[in-house]
Amino acid sequence: MTDQAGKAHATIAEGALRSALPYRARPKRPNALSASLTFGWRALLKIKHVPEQLFDAVGNPIIFTLMFTYLLGGAIAGSPGAYLQYLIPGILVQTVILITAYTGVNLNTDISKGVADRFRSLPIWRPAVIVGALLGDMVRYALASAIVLALGLILGFRPESVVGVVLSVVLIIVFAFSVSWIWTALGLVARTPNSVLWVSTLIMFPLTFASNIFVEPKTMPGWLQTAVIFNPITHLVSAVRGLMYGTIPVGHIAWLLVGCVVLVVIFAPITMYLYRSKK
Amino acid sequence: MKGDSGMNGGRDGALAVEAEGLVYRFGDNVAVDGVDLEISRGEIFGFLGPNGAGKTTTIRMLATLLRPDSGAARVFGHDVVREADTVRGLVSLTGQFASVDEDLTGKENLILIARLLGYSRKEAKVRADELLEAFGLSDAAGRQAKTYSGGMRRRLDIAASIVITPELLFLDEPTTGLDPRNRNQVWDIVRSMASGGTTVLLTTQYLDEADQLADRIAVIDNGKVIAEGTPGELKGSVGSGVLHVRLRDPGSRPEAVRVLSRAIGVAVETPSDPVALLARVSEPERVPEALAGLPHAGIAVSDFSLGQPSLDEVFLALTGHPTEEKADKKEEEAV
Repeated sequence: MTDQAGKAHATIAEGALRSALPYRARPKRPNALSASLTFGWRALLKIKHVPEQLFDAVGNPIIFTLMFTYLLGGAIAGSPGAYLQYLIPGILVQTVILITAYTGVNLNTDISKGVADRFRSLPIWRPAVIVGALLGDMVRYALASAIVLALGLILGFRPESVVGVVLSVVLIIVFAFSVSWIWTALGLVARTPNSVLWVSTLIMFPLTFASNIFVEPKTMPGWLQTAVIFNPITHLVSAVRGLMYGTIPVGHIAWLLVGCVVLVVIFAPITMYLYRSKK
Repeated sequence: MKGDSGMNGGRDGALAVEAEGLVYRFGDNVAVDGVDLEISRGEIFGFLGPNGAGKTTTIRMLATLLRPDSGAARVFGHDVVREADTVRGLVSLTGQFASVDEDLTGKENLILIARLLGYSRKEAKVRADELLEAFGLSDAAGRQAKTYSGGMRRRLDIAASIVITPELLFLDEPTTGLDPRNRNQVWDIVRSMASGGTTVLLTTQYLDEADQLADRIAVIDNGKVIAEGTPGELKGSVGSGVLHVRLRDPGSRPEAVRVLSRAIGVAVETPSDPVALLARVSEPERVPEALAGLPHAGIAVSDFSLGQPSLDEVFLALTGHPTEEKADKKEEEAV
């Protein structure tokens, strides 16, 4: 590799350098959408170059699915096969929710590496870098969902409505997109990428357990049931279960969409404020 | 040619950079403490100072990344706060740490920037290839930037800054950490930029670098500009060179001081090393004769050298204190 680098040094061409330098024609600046899509493309390239990130993200749910289904499934639902039908929609939600933090992690990495400075000194619509990253992450959420669903199908998960499955994934992605804004705001104040991951895990891990992902809340003590009912993840899981088994849980979906709007309305402006005033 | 090539609004007759009383604070720490600057179009302007002196913070204010706490700055006549967006269209910033996306390949990095500047997919690819070729990175175009050597990364970084040749290019310590060959390449690039009409503002810790490249230099310390001028003027203010002499016998030092100071007409200092002498020379042509006077007086010399003053010596002369990294100002470098 040193050799290769050495060769590259030698080939810096004076003539090519001079002819490449004076390039002053400035095309029309891209609009907000096109700038965002360009950043989305960047996020996709990152998935392509660093696919490990995705495997990390789905490693946990695979372990959870296998462990809960075969160790505890019989005890919880009578048989592992019956429990799987209950668990997969929940695991799907947990998987995607836990990887929402990566948007914030990546943003924080950009800042600590100095790339953010370059983006911020470009004459573009400033939120594009974050909106674009979130668009790219939606693809990541879709991929993670596909992996979990494939795993479920192999193990014997049999949803009743294909349309319901697709709608579920859309609903999960919309919710994950909204939650991501919390982590982008956190990503702008945290000192290191790792601390973003820690804080988000610290918040989201208990939230996914204090929900109906793994067991019906009715077996829990009363105070916990109350907490579970107010947990937005419970509503998401209920909505997803309903959709996958052929019903349309309007109440849960409405509750969720309102929650999404609230999250974005609060955290998107905070993120943008922090981004603009970042030192 | 530049500025008035039609596409963007450098105001006629305006200086490239004009700053008055720029102040920036990190909490209680005043990183930039009333900096005034005037940089003409087409000039290579050097910002010379130790770590934590306020160089980076000043550049970040001029590049619209930080809002000054007080004072004002204009780039080609446009206010960096009120007309930040216009300024961003005229400048390019290459940060202290190579600001490229390490996960992406060299080519993808350049396409990304070109697309963000409004090029079509095809134009962006063409421009990326052209730049990779010009910067000797064609062979590494398809490799992730994280596999690049320091010099390659720095070149990619500069390439990303000139996808569209900026009117004003900020280079924050462009050669720190590079080996001499890579450093020379970066110098060539900077000179090419300037000969094409781009104004360059670069920061450096090395007097040598500022001397090689800059038309004018501002020396900055503790957030203040403490001296400004051409490299010649600056060195002249310290003496145009420093003469170091080492004697065989410490006992002959007092006599050597007398002989030398008479012959070169400046004060001769006696550092802590008992056989060493040091003089800031204003007329280097008098040195050979002066040195020849030592053996005539029966004083044996073991070695001598005449060199440019180092940054440390310039600093010592200008501020009365040696350069030192200010630990409490590290924050500036860290952000």
